[in-house]
Amino acid sequence: MSTSAESAVAPPVLREALPQTGGVPGRRVADRLWSALLIAFGGAILVVAGVIVFSLGHVASPLLRATHLIDFLLGTVWDPERERFGALTYLYGTVVTSLLALVIAAPVSIGLALFVTEMSPPSLRSIVSFPLELLAGIPSVVYGLWGLFVLVPLLRETVEPFLARTLGFLPLFKGPPIGLGFLAAGMILAVMILPTMTSISIEVLKTVPGAQREAALALGATPWEATRLAVLPYARAGILGAIILGLGRALGETMAVTMVIGNTPRISASLFAPGYSLPSVIANEFAEASGAMHTGALAALGLLLFVVTLTFNSIARLLVRVVTRGPERSAA
Amino acid sequence: MSLARRRFTSRAMTALCGLALLLALLPLVSLLMLVISRGAAGLSFDFLTQLPRPVGESGGGVGNAIVGSLSIVALASLIGIPVGVGAGVYLAENGDGRAGKLIRFTAEVLSGVPSIVVGIVAYGLFVVPMHHFSALAGAVALSVLMIPTLARGTEELVRLVPRTLREASLALGIPEWKTALRVVVRTALPGIVTTALLAIARALGETAPLLFTALNNQYWSHRPDEPTASLTVQIFNDAVSPYDELHARAWSAALVLLMLVGLLSIGARLFARLRARGQR
Amino acid sequence: MISAPPPVASSGPHPAPAASDTARPKIEAIDLSAWYGTTHVLRNVSLSVPANTVLAIIGPSGCGKSTFVRCLNRMHELVPGARQSGQLRIDGEDLLSRKVDPVDLRRRVGMVFQRPNPFPTLSIFDNVIAGFKLNGIRGDHAAVVEKSLRRAALWDEVKDRLHASALSLSGGQQQRLCIARALAIEPEVLLMDEPASALDPIATAKIEELIHELKQVLTVVIVTHNMQQAARASDRTAFFYMGELIEHGDTEQIFTNPREPRTEDYVTGKFG
Repeated sequence: MSTSAESAVAPPVLREALPQTGGVPGRRVADRLWSALLIAFGGAILVVAGVIVFSLGHVASPLLRATHLIDFLLGTVWDPERERFGALTYLYGTVVTSLLALVIAAPVSIGLALFVTEMSPPSLRSIVSFPLELLAGIPSVVYGLWGLFVLVPLLRETVEPFLARTLGFLPLFKGPPIGLGFLAAGMILAVMILPTMTSISIEVLKTVPGAQREAALALGATPWEATRLAVLPYARAGILGAIILGLGRALGETMAVTMVIGNTPRISASLFAPGYSLPSVIANEFAEASGAMHTGALAALGLLLFVVTLTFNSIARLLVRVVTRGPERSAA
Repeated sequence: MSLARRRFTSRAMTALCGLALLLALLPLVSLLMLVISRGAAGLSFDFLTQLPRPVGESGGGVGNAIVGSLSIVALASLIGIPVGVGAGVYLAENGDGRAGKLIRFTAEVLSGVPSIVVGIVAYGLFVVPMHHFSALAGAVALSVLMIPTLARGTEELVRLVPRTLREASLALGIPEWKTALRVVVRTALPGIVTTALLAIARALGETAPLLFTALNNQYWSHRPDEPTASLTVQIFNDAVSPYDELHARAWSAALVLLMLVGLLSIGARLFARLRARGQR
Repeated sequence: MISAPPPVASSGPHPAPAASDTARPKIEAIDLSAWYGTTHVLRNVSLSVPANTVLAIIGPSGCGKSTFVRCLNRMHELVPGARQSGQLRIDGEDLLSRKVDPVDLRRRVGMVFQRPNPFPTLSIFDNVIAGFKLNGIRGDHAAVVEKSLRRAALWDEVKDRLHASALSLSGGQQQRLCIARALAIEPEVLLMDEPASALDPIATAKIEELIHELKQVLTVVIVTHNMQQAARASDRTAFFYMGELIEHGDTEQIFTNPREPRTEDYVTGKFG
């Protein structure tokens, strides 16, 4: 077909005879400049990503050159004076607090999302988005402040003694109730990731076709059965994505965790025990690091954090996209 | 299962899901009430305008931290908003090609990068070569955090502009670039302003990327290449200190921060609503 | 090949000699084809339109009639993967030539779309003058606005609220505003892609009346799937089917005495 397009245009002689149009070059330059400018802005995103990786690697390079990767990842000693750096304690704290946050926040946010999309009257729906936006808008340092002076005393004086009395036979709930520790960090993270998880879950649930729901209701299902049989299976992957996205946020959250986790580099089974997390140690030590090697080790922790969050976020984005974009695309 | 039992299950699940709403509201209400009640006591004109005083001396405030926060965020917006909005327009106009998809995916991934990691990046780029902490380094870190959200937000808003509008403009013999800028982007502008205000509010609340870029300063900062105080870092330092006076200052500073962030968010929403109404 | 003098009266596979074809045509399509990606949407169309007449293009959905008018102001090529071949002449000049700047062309060939699409951020006044302002053309804007609105038969209805939002108008008024906007830059040709399909009967009648007056000053090509509208508003009619031009000629002849059985089936409502 391309050959027919070539052969069908007028011969050159005729085209030469056509009148020239004025002002064209200037405008073409402007159009080109505009698209060049846009490409530059779009490219800036790639440049930023490249710079992030490069700069992290650069700052971390003293450590990466001196230490074997496995020793770094699995080491439990962190001694800046003797330049021995192991990441495992911090990785452990990050994973434990994030998983704890997930266990607390996931059921609440799924329930809340279902309540908003499936069970509440429409007038309530728009009202619920407001507190969610408020929760999402509160700076993490303010969460930390609240955690330190409200949540931690509450845990120390009421919640932890109660858990120790009733569930104390589990290693998770052994030890003195200090307040500061994994439990406090996990709970505050749960509050912080709740808005993200809920609002994405709501988005996902909104894409479930009404016909799906009505079909179940028309068969005589109760509202809950319609939700369980028709809505949840449809939205499962997207909700999983929302949860993983929340996990990604929890993994990288710095300030609130730093303020309530206790900042003690120790691996303990008990949730009552103080610990440390990857972002927290970076926050506490980076500005006063004792030399290039120490800075490098902290940057290497940052790199580790970057890789972990990148992995989880990519998975989550793919899951959410499969659900929310799927129906649109097939309709188009 | 009997119908009565099924109905009961359905009601019980509804109640459980409603309980989730209460669970979510509880920390929010507690937090807001405490920040207001504990923070209001220390608020005064001096608190908003004076330099912080050491423990033991009464009076003083967080004036330098307020100005510092605002100037770091202003500088960050100056860098972040043009790039973020521009990238968003790029994605809306040519986002369907292979490059566009790569850039969109990168923006999505970037929006999940922990802010503390961005702090390290700005440290490596600015603090190391300049040999000192600076507001500029902090602003660059914040702008990197703003760009991906702004890009995705702008893209969606520009895509909402009907194709027919673009065609109407092109059919009038208006060149591509003018059509894009004065018709398409212009139509999406109210939404873009709202998105930008929300991004500014978010940047204002960031602490981690400032800890080792802008650092802190007990005094007024006069230049963007000096260490500069910020409200968030001030709150953090005061909160983890052992002194009750500093704790009180942290609560008051938190109230100031929440008011600033809230003002921006409310402003953003009001703006969006007013514009929407003005067009009816 | 096609560089020979264009066969005015014997265009296309089905010659349609019409009385009005004596003057030099304003618009001439010669062997025009168009594609979206690999879909061939317009097949070797040849037809001509005399100056100061109204050509109606009819045919069932997807027959290529919209594509044809979108080739006339080169809006077709804006769709990714869209291509065209053949010649399309206005006053004898091939407008598909690479020398022709589509932006210049679109100032000479105005277009009105299926749904009214005024610029929502602009007032009535600014909408009419948008082509002037955005192109940076100076002049007596107020006079241009009044003249264009009068020509679009909208002046009396809006003269007291020129600075109100364009969205405050009714659908029919918005469409006439879009016509005024297109007329403001004084095009030689006006393309109308189903301009009344989103309007009520009264608004439609106004648009048709308007078309009659407009042909005093320019040449109109109107796409419609409303047969009555084609019969009422046009001098000549072209029937497209599956991307091909089946028949074209005087409107009266097409509707009363079509040569092609497919045309007859369509205008009598047997399919479409």
